[in-house]
Amino acid sequence: MKKFFSEFLRGIIKENPTFVLVLGLCPTLAVSVSVINGIGMGIAATFVLLGSNIIIAMLKNIIPDRVRIPCYIVVIATFVTINEMVMKAYSPALNRALGIYVPLIVVNCIVLGRAEAYASKNSVVNSLFDGLGMGVGFTLALILISAIREFLGAGKLLGHTVIKGFQPAFVLGMPSGALLVIGLLLGFFNVLKSKKE
Amino acid sequence: MKNKFIVSVSPHLHKDESIGKIMWMVVISLIPAGLAGVFIFGLKAFWVIILGVISALVTEAILQKLTKKKVTIWDGSAVLTGLLLAYNLPPQVPFWLPIIGSVFAIAIGKQVFGGLGQNIFNPALVGRVFLMASWPKYMTTFLKPFDAITSATPLALLKEGKLIEHISYLDLFLGKRGGCIGEVCILALLLGALFLFIRGYLSWHIPITYIFSVGLFTYIFGPRGLFTGDWLFHILSGGLILGAFFMATDYVTSPLTRKGQIVFGIGCGLITAVIRLWGGYPEGVSYAILMMNAATPIIDRYTKNKIYGTK
Repeated sequence: MKKFFSEFLRGIIKENPTFVLVLGLCPTLAVSVSVINGIGMGIAATFVLLGSNIIIAMLKNIIPDRVRIPCYIVVIATFVTINEMVMKAYSPALNRALGIYVPLIVVNCIVLGRAEAYASKNSVVNSLFDGLGMGVGFTLALILISAIREFLGAGKLLGHTVIKGFQPAFVLGMPSGALLVIGLLLGFFNVLKSKKE
Repeated sequence: MKNKFIVSVSPHLHKDESIGKIMWMVVISLIPAGLAGVFIFGLKAFWVIILGVISALVTEAILQKLTKKKVTIWDGSAVLTGLLLAYNLPPQVPFWLPIIGSVFAIAIGKQVFGGLGQNIFNPALVGRVFLMASWPKYMTTFLKPFDAITSATPLALLKEGKLIEHISYLDLFLGKRGGCIGEVCILALLLGALFLFIRGYLSWHIPITYIFSVGLFTYIFGPRGLFTGDWLFHILSGGLILGAFFMATDYVTSPLTRKGQIVFGIGCGLITAVIRLWGGYPEGVSYAILMMNAATPIIDRYTKNKIYGTK
């Protein structure tokens, strides 16, 4: 059990997909305007990661090596389609806010990266925990980035005004602001890491 | 006696110049423009300048302490950044705007890259563009000179097509118009620039090509067909003189060779003219200089001086 737990934790801190592996930056940059979008994107990606990791770990001995990427894409696309349909049915507002980035989870580097680097080499249960850990790590990173951007860029958190009279810096709500926040956070985490070593 | 025979690598000929001396000279040359700005817009402008300079110094000191580098706040570069940033602000901004601008300019524009000499963009302009994108409301409300009434800059009026009464060139030259604190008084800016020219801290290549190309392009693409533009108006309004003499010529972020500097100046002029004539903003000097800052490494690569004796 302890082993699974460390497998799960690895995705959150030591190999955080956004801040350590620096994968999946495209949805991170585009979606992290508000916390609610960040959470929605994170959950959607976690669901796809979990599903694709389990199925690919199951099929790893059947998939021929030469055509493995197309096979992975088919599996991932299946889960993304399910995901999109569910989202459209139960939270159309979120689906509208995330827009093209929901179907684009198909080509999200984190999902494909974990399938290629982990699920195709490890057992089903390990892959499950890996997918869960990566998904939660991605979600937490998105929440952190979007909280900073929503607070400083719009003066709100989860859609509520926090401080009256606070003058938000519009630039943080724009793509350039996303690059700035991610860059500074990356630098900050790298400093923390180098201090620890 | 022993110390007089130091054998070192070239250059063997030393000049009595240092970063600190040059920076303080530039600061001194900017003082007349600041005085003019305070005279025209009142004491509010003075506080904006003071806040900008002090917060730039404090930020630099804190960041150098935190990163355990030598604290070099007295070399004048932080003062210059804060000063230039404040000169690029309208006079009646809220007190926190110059502070945030200076902090951003020093922290993100300079120290993130590794301090003086490492930055790829002019820090003061980085700060200004950040403020412009974040709080456009404060950054585009200007004051009427000698009055507490808000008014637009001549360039903004031109963009909106509201420039009905003609502003005389003399008023533009002396600074009797709405605008940022340091950019309005062309006379004072030119005095400062002349001082730097005489002392040899400024070469003519960037400013002259910059101003000339803005004049040329705005003259060619005039409002009533080709070759009808009011080129003198474009040269005297906006932040062109301040930008061309004091910000485009920043040693760190402009090309090294004379040829490169000419390319740099023409590029700045072209972009400024394009933004002013067809862009969304009324003024484009800061964006033009930042864009050409980004192009500086590639200009340097293609305008390298030929080493004597090589093909």
